[in-house]
Amino acid sequence: MRRMRTAIVLLLLTLATLLVITINMGMGEYPIPPLDVLKAVLGLGTGEYDFIVNTLRLPRNLVAFGVGAGLALSGAILQGLTRNPLAAPDVIGITHGANLAAVIVIILLPAAPLVALPAAAFAGALLAAAVTYLLAWKGGSAPMRLILVGMGIAAVVHALTTMLLTHGKVLVVNQAMIWMTGSIYGRSWEHLYRMLPWLLLFVPVALLLARHLNALQLGDDLARGLGAHVERYRLLLLLTSVALAGAAVATAGSVSFVGLMAPHIGRRLVGPTQGGLLPTAALTGGLILVTADMLGRTLFAPIEVPAGVITAAVGAPFFLWLLYQNRNS
Amino acid sequence: MPARLRPSPALGLVIGLVLLLACGLFSILYGLMEISLPDVYQALTQFDGSPEHFIVRTVRLPRALIAALVGASLAVAGAIMQALTRNPLAAPGILGVNAGAALSVVAAMFLLKATSLSVYAWFAFLGAAAAAVAVYLLGSMGRGGMTPLKLTVAGAALTTLLSSITQGLLVLNERTLDEMRFWLAGSVAGRDLSLFLQVLPFMAVGLLGALAMAKQITTLSLGEDVARGLGQKTGWIKAAAALLVVLLSGSAVAVAGPVGFIGLAVPHIARGLAGTDYRWILPYSAVLGGTLLLLADIGARAILRPEEVAVGIMTALIGAPFFIALARKGVRQS
Repeated sequence: MRRMRTAIVLLLLTLATLLVITINMGMGEYPIPPLDVLKAVLGLGTGEYDFIVNTLRLPRNLVAFGVGAGLALSGAILQGLTRNPLAAPDVIGITHGANLAAVIVIILLPAAPLVALPAAAFAGALLAAAVTYLLAWKGGSAPMRLILVGMGIAAVVHALTTMLLTHGKVLVVNQAMIWMTGSIYGRSWEHLYRMLPWLLLFVPVALLLARHLNALQLGDDLARGLGAHVERYRLLLLLTSVALAGAAVATAGSVSFVGLMAPHIGRRLVGPTQGGLLPTAALTGGLILVTADMLGRTLFAPIEVPAGVITAAVGAPFFLWLLYQNRNS
Repeated sequence: MPARLRPSPALGLVIGLVLLLACGLFSILYGLMEISLPDVYQALTQFDGSPEHFIVRTVRLPRALIAALVGASLAVAGAIMQALTRNPLAAPGILGVNAGAALSVVAAMFLLKATSLSVYAWFAFLGAAAAAVAVYLLGSMGRGGMTPLKLTVAGAALTTLLSSITQGLLVLNERTLDEMRFWLAGSVAGRDLSLFLQVLPFMAVGLLGALAMAKQITTLSLGEDVARGLGQKTGWIKAAAALLVVLLSGSAVAVAGPVGFIGLAVPHIARGLAGTDYRWILPYSAVLGGTLLLLADIGARAILRPEEVAVGIMTALIGAPFFIALARKGVRQS
């Protein structure tokens, strides 16, 4: 019964995503009818729209979907790992690490090649997570300590980032701020190809580990009783989560709240069992970001609002609702 | 420290005060322009309008005063918060009060085009108060009321929420970004005395009120049940203490921007020195908080000389490792 429901939900989410992507590709300064969009994507069109659809808008939408899915999956894993519904890559310091690394590149090394920015961001995310994990280790890695230590790391890293922001030139600082807010603007096939290997590797890993995540969610003692290698799988899951968040943030900057919202929506749709939750959360996250990008492009046209601003605006009330929902836990 | 090794609290307080004055004096003397001790004295007693005297009276002295009082206010606010919530990790910066003030100021600047520091101050005050109320409500919703963990997580979450909205506003408007980024880092530089005098009454009421309530706060820090058992009307005491927190942290943020970690770290040091009685912890916190912020401000001026680093960055770099150590110590294996 549950399996059936999960399958239906996944199918509906996929259809909804395809629908939004199609609409999004048709909208903009140069509107294109949805049917022509599909024709151009499938190579059946007259060639009139090929450049706009296939070179500009299609990769942008795919990037948005990939980033959203990566963040959502990362958040879902973190929430399961820490048994805390408020955990997300942007609460416990992972995205802060990426931010600092990116701001260093943007402000201090303006001459660095374009590839340096995502690479640095990815390394920053990984480093912040590694430091958090090591500092939280005390004969074992208690989930609560991971969250609190992560918050401390986030504060240090945030202070360093602020220091750079106050000393940079305002033009560069603005660029850094946009990066820190998260935007899908101008993302191309190249960005997609760079992100894809990480997703192709770690999304399946995450799905394979779902079973262990279920066990960990019961609490360390119970999980151990069930024969799970608690520390080993916690490390592996954390690594997966960080790699996914890192790849996403490296591509689009630190888009906030997707990693927090998507898993909760997923839980509402298919329940708390990770096997169904993880793919549902991933699709939901992708859908959220594609929609956010569409709204950001069109709401105040011709001004483009970064997708990260939209997710923050939607995420904020969601978040308050979430706190209210969890008042008894 | 065992009790017999502990010097009398009053003596410690006197030593602390001497240290505070020494740091304040050093803060006045230290800077790009050489100023001697007699200069400072003469500037205060027989002002003759020379550049040295002018700098002492308009730049160095206000700066030292502001740093000392902001530090004291934040530390006392943190101490009250920790007593009130029985949470070693409570502090204005952690619980989102600073972030609320920051958002409020940025929103005022963005929407109302406000530009002067004294207008910022009022909005910072409002924002800090709103965030304090919000975090208190969020942290005490539901069964079991307020638990330390719930409050900390609610505070971290609120901080994330508020600062991402702040960031969104800053991205949309480059002018706001340029003017705000220095304020947002937290700083005691370039504040003039009139701004300080505006918020001084709030700080004074907050500090004196805290000292007057120290006994009740000590009782409350033993736990609500104990306090009630001892005949305390905990509801009123809690509300009054929360009001003091808003006054203190709101006015501190209004003058200096969001300066973090003083409110977290200092009360712990004060407890280590003075024991468990808030009648001593609060004055200790005030003196140590002032000293620490003065030192951080001197450090902020020294580290990249002749450029200045915002003092909020210094306190975060000093204080965050402290927070991590506390988190490691305070949280058991779950």
